[in-house]
Amino acid sequence: MRRHIVPAISVMTAVTLLAACGGAGGPSGGGGKISDDKIVLGVLNDQTGIYADLSGPNAVEAVKMAVEDFKAKHGDDAVSKNIEVVVADHQNKPEIANTKAQEMYDRQKADIILDVPTSSAALAVAGQAAAKKKLHINITAATTELTGAKCNKYTFHYAYDTYMLANGTGTTVTQAGAKSWYLVYPDYAFGQDMEKSFTNAVEEAGGKVVGKKSSEFPNTSGDFSSQLLQAPAAKPDVLGTMHAGGELVNLVKQYNQFQLKQKGVGLSVGLMFITDIHSAGPDALAGTKFTDAWYWNFDEQNRQWADKFKEKTGSRPSFAHAGNYSATMTYLEAVQAAGTDASDDVVKNLEGKEVNDFFLRNGKIRAEDHRVVHDVYLAEVKPKSQVTEDYDYEKIVTTIPADKAFKPVAESTCSMS
Amino acid sequence: MADVLQHAFNGLVNGSFYALLALGLAVIFGMLGVVNFAHGAFYMLGAFGAFVLLEEAGINFWVALLLMPLLLGVFGMALERLLVRRLVGLDPLYNFLLTFGLTLIFTDLLRMKYGVQPQQYPQPAGLDGTVDLGLFEYPAYQVFVLVFSVLVSLGAWLLLARTRVGMIVRAATERPELTRALGIDVGRWISPVFGFGIALAALSGVLAAPMRAVSPLMGADLIILVFAVVVIGGLGSIFGSVAAGFLIGMLQALGNVYVPGVATTSVFILMAVVLLWRPAGLFGREEAAA
Repeated sequence: MRRHIVPAISVMTAVTLLAACGGAGGPSGGGGKISDDKIVLGVLNDQTGIYADLSGPNAVEAVKMAVEDFKAKHGDDAVSKNIEVVVADHQNKPEIANTKAQEMYDRQKADIILDVPTSSAALAVAGQAAAKKKLHINITAATTELTGAKCNKYTFHYAYDTYMLANGTGTTVTQAGAKSWYLVYPDYAFGQDMEKSFTNAVEEAGGKVVGKKSSEFPNTSGDFSSQLLQAPAAKPDVLGTMHAGGELVNLVKQYNQFQLKQKGVGLSVGLMFITDIHSAGPDALAGTKFTDAWYWNFDEQNRQWADKFKEKTGSRPSFAHAGNYSATMTYLEAVQAAGTDASDDVVKNLEGKEVNDFFLRNGKIRAEDHRVVHDVYLAEVKPKSQVTEDYDYEKIVTTIPADKAFKPVAESTCSMS
Repeated sequence: MADVLQHAFNGLVNGSFYALLALGLAVIFGMLGVVNFAHGAFYMLGAFGAFVLLEEAGINFWVALLLMPLLLGVFGMALERLLVRRLVGLDPLYNFLLTFGLTLIFTDLLRMKYGVQPQQYPQPAGLDGTVDLGLFEYPAYQVFVLVFSVLVSLGAWLLLARTRVGMIVRAATERPELTRALGIDVGRWISPVFGFGIALAALSGVLAAPMRAVSPLMGADLIILVFAVVVIGGLGSIFGSVAAGFLIGMLQALGNVYVPGVATTSVFILMAVVLLWRPAGLFGREEAAA
């Protein structure tokens, strides 16, 4: 048996190789406008791990929805009818993200890579984008580095970042009277970045950080009691947690068990997705304020899209899902307007463009640092008694206008050359 | 001072989970020579089972605490009969691979159905307040977990030390060939012991549900730490695994406060030191040259 398998595998490998060569050597775009005669959208994210629910496979669905809507809108006038979506799993590891991004750009001929949660992975992909001169629109990573020191001509940052979260939550909650903060954060790039951003925001708003405590990442034991027990001694008004996903849920459960609220220590969350509220339960988080990039039940326009999304996926969208849809649409419209998918032309079209859709309200793609600014929201978690349907967890307290929500260009450390 | 005590107490609560999990691993390893990598998965199944029972059938925490260990214990016995037993004679790596594969299957099945986002599980009624422990107040549920785990560990010890079955298991754990030579049918106790170990993992899973994020990934992180606990306590040593469990829980909690950043690493440093100094573990006996 084995003797037959080896030649069979060799033949198959040879055929695959030949096919690949043929593809690469063949005619690339008869009209020369669209490379390889097709537009290839790469979605690179966490398909199975801790971020798989907040973006993951459903983000791919959102991208596909945008492709369908784009085709339906432009019909025969579409710049290309051949639009392909390719997917890869980066497992939240920068080295895997790096390899997969290379593969997508080189072998799968991706014109753009979308999504990419996890800051370290996102920075790796942004590096590849610059090297290959292909686009990357990041939706789900948080680091301001993407539009700061590590910015580049081919990378855009679409939905949110740590500055926007700290500025929204830290400033508003401090101004509302919670002057002293105790910060707990996971000890890795995202947590440290959040801790700094929050400290700045709180101090600028006239508040004070009276204590901070990091936790190991990942926290293998799932235990946060030592952080939670040390906080009340510093007499803070509010405990600010920068944990995400499952760790956030762990911490909230234990925050309630140790009855910190009863001891006068409120809770404020740095980054929260609607999936997190669903996991912890609205009552565990009731009254907690946080900054949201988008909420599905904000108005009729959002709801309409959320209903379509639910038909496809069976669940309600997180802001990352909506952001993936919107970014795909923005990109395809730019290709349509430029008449080509050549990266430099598309970038030129995107820079400085004003976009308004259900996700980007008063949206603008800043040419200086490629930060996409738009209205964001200060939200409050409703108690269960006020929740009237599945995933109806948020009350929008205020809208933070686009020009106030993100770091001003003047403060940006980005230089594009 | 009250602070130190309170942190130490935290550690004991955390240690409860390590102790129960390590105890199960230790009896399984002792009796079968199998390193059960799926132990973390059974912990997860225990917690997830409690969630599913509550969600689908409205069955409360207390019933789940009884039901899940029973169900998964029986399932474990079946697993031993059908799969594990066939590989026992071979290199231990085969069973390690088998249980690792099972872990992946269980995790993926649940992930396909429920996703990775943690599920809600409320505190059991009556234990949602705090109790006054004299020096400090402590969440009632956490106190319950600690007391309950100590009782279960004591119960397991009594079972092993004071009953005839326990005597056979202990004898078979420490000197299997000799026990067989004395005419005792070790084989018939293998399945129940495997099931017992799994039941302990399920039990700690149910206990974890109200205070930890219930997700298909919850066992994966923990199991590596528990392996370290078992090695420190002494592979196959029943008392050692429980003692090391509580000890390491405390070490981690105090480490977290006074030397932050190295709390988890310190467990593995301790493991390395113990392996150098006492290769059989703190409470393990040196193997006589065979």
